[in-house]
Amino acid sequence: MNDKLQQAIQTVKARFEVEEHTFSDEHSLIILPKDLAAICQVLRDEFQFNMLSSLTAVDYWPEGEPRFHVVYQLYSIDDNITLRLRAAVPGDDPTVPTIEGLYPNANWHEREIWDMFGIEAEGHSDMRRILMPYDWEGHPLRKDYPLGYEEVQFTFNADEIDRKKPYVKE
Amino acid sequence: MVQLQEVTLDELKHLVSDRAIQGETMLLNMGPQHPSTHGVLRLMLELEGETVINCVPDIGFLHTGIEKNMEAKRYEQAEVMTDRLDYLNTVGNNLAYCLAVEKLVGLDVPPRAQVIRVILAELQRIASHLVWLGTQSLDLAAMSMFLYCFREREVILDILELVSGQRMMTTYIRPGGLWRDVPKEFYAAVEDFLAYFPARIEQYHGLLTKNPLFIDRTKGIGVISAEDAIAWGLTGPTLRGSGVDFDNRVARPYSGYEEYDFEVPTDTAGDVFARYICRMEEFTQSLRIIEQGLEKLKELEGAPVRSNNRKFVPPPRSELGTSMEALIHHFKLWTDGFDAPAEYVYMPVSSPRGELGVYLEGDGGNKPYRVHWRTPSFIHLQALPVLSEGLLVADLVAIIGSIDIVLGDSDR
Repeated sequence: MNDKLQQAIQTVKARFEVEEHTFSDEHSLIILPKDLAAICQVLRDEFQFNMLSSLTAVDYWPEGEPRFHVVYQLYSIDDNITLRLRAAVPGDDPTVPTIEGLYPNANWHEREIWDMFGIEAEGHSDMRRILMPYDWEGHPLRKDYPLGYEEVQFTFNADEIDRKKPYVKE
Repeated sequence: MVQLQEVTLDELKHLVSDRAIQGETMLLNMGPQHPSTHGVLRLMLELEGETVINCVPDIGFLHTGIEKNMEAKRYEQAEVMTDRLDYLNTVGNNLAYCLAVEKLVGLDVPPRAQVIRVILAELQRIASHLVWLGTQSLDLAAMSMFLYCFREREVILDILELVSGQRMMTTYIRPGGLWRDVPKEFYAAVEDFLAYFPARIEQYHGLLTKNPLFIDRTKGIGVISAEDAIAWGLTGPTLRGSGVDFDNRVARPYSGYEEYDFEVPTDTAGDVFARYICRMEEFTQSLRIIEQGLEKLKELEGAPVRSNNRKFVPPPRSELGTSMEALIHHFKLWTDGFDAPAEYVYMPVSSPRGELGVYLEGDGGNKPYRVHWRTPSFIHLQALPVLSEGLLVADLVAIIGSIDIVLGDSDR
């Protein structure tokens, strides 16, 4: 492992409550959402992680506890090292602090995870949907959101489906 | 019936200045059906006269839910959708996805397959840059460039058709290698292209690079500093135009790019013209890579193009008649696919537009649990307001061309 990356991981581990995960030479730190902004600040200012490569989320419904992981892929152009942060977000209060003050391109990414997962970035300047229409209901990339096929009606669920789609009989 | 709701613009008020609300400046809608927005991109412009005070991009018109759909398909089925993301870089998308799958399951790729992957990815890069050059010039009123570029692009699409049977949606690169080896005609077709294309690059330079009309429209327009470009996450030629020497082919090499001798062109001005120069130089560099690739390919004549790991890659058809084991593997892979561990990987590659990253997470089963595409167009579009502030509407058109967006790439 790169010395600087090792140093960065050690520093974050010493100052915050984190859990390390390594697979295929990629290093991830599983963190608490409340520490996110502080950890990003440390990594950006002290270890020159100057680019937010990617920001996304994963939904572990129904097994997962906490339900979501918000995944931040940080990259340092000068040292050519990558570090991934995973903020574990509970399902009943899905919020993470915004990091658009540190990485301006987090703005659209955070709008996207709001749009797709319903995870709100607290303190975000422009919390609107980005990919789905503005009046869309639900958050499509959640695992409890169906893929959109027609449900087949059988005797046991006919009434239930009728209730959900009253316009069919009009 | 679906109820129509009354919509107010209250929730958009924070995006514009107070002067717009009082009616001192004009709000103008550009797109989504506008020839200069390169697809279905809508921009809400706040204008004072012809000066852009603020620009609010509105995307999502081409959202196709590919990330959600991929979760419902097996690993090898989901690959077909990757072509449809960035439809100018189909081979590159296949490559990024296959590399991510290979990283997740720990699959090796034979050297010959890697060389063919590199050659095709570079041909695709040239084809994509040709579309960029044609549309950028068309936006700046150089009509004939568009026709020339599409003529040359056609030659590359013919090569793709030769190897895969498809001009655009190739799905030729597969996890563990390729669909099949290239046909014999491939060498001659690529050599013809290598012989013919350098003169065309000269012609483009002759038509544009010293053309005063083109220079007036591009020099000093859409300037972004290196620090800002990094902070906004810009990559590829858009970042290199600001003087940052960064390319994933060099920084984090994949598919054996470290064995090729090529340069990463940079420029320092950070304007539309600098980005134009970087991409024009990339034509030459891609040709160099393809030339070296062809040499390597001839040395590896007859070598396998698919991994021999039968747990992930189907056996060749010829073995099915004689080997029971091959038949079982064939049946298992085509009905049930392969399982990947419950882990996650991020695979960045260098697409023609910038860093294309695939975040892939498995859950132990045969379908991806989550696929996220870090697409350069999405991130570059976000920087559009910064690039265009204080310039004219006509300059905005040049800037949109210069960040080389594909809306299928940004909306996914």
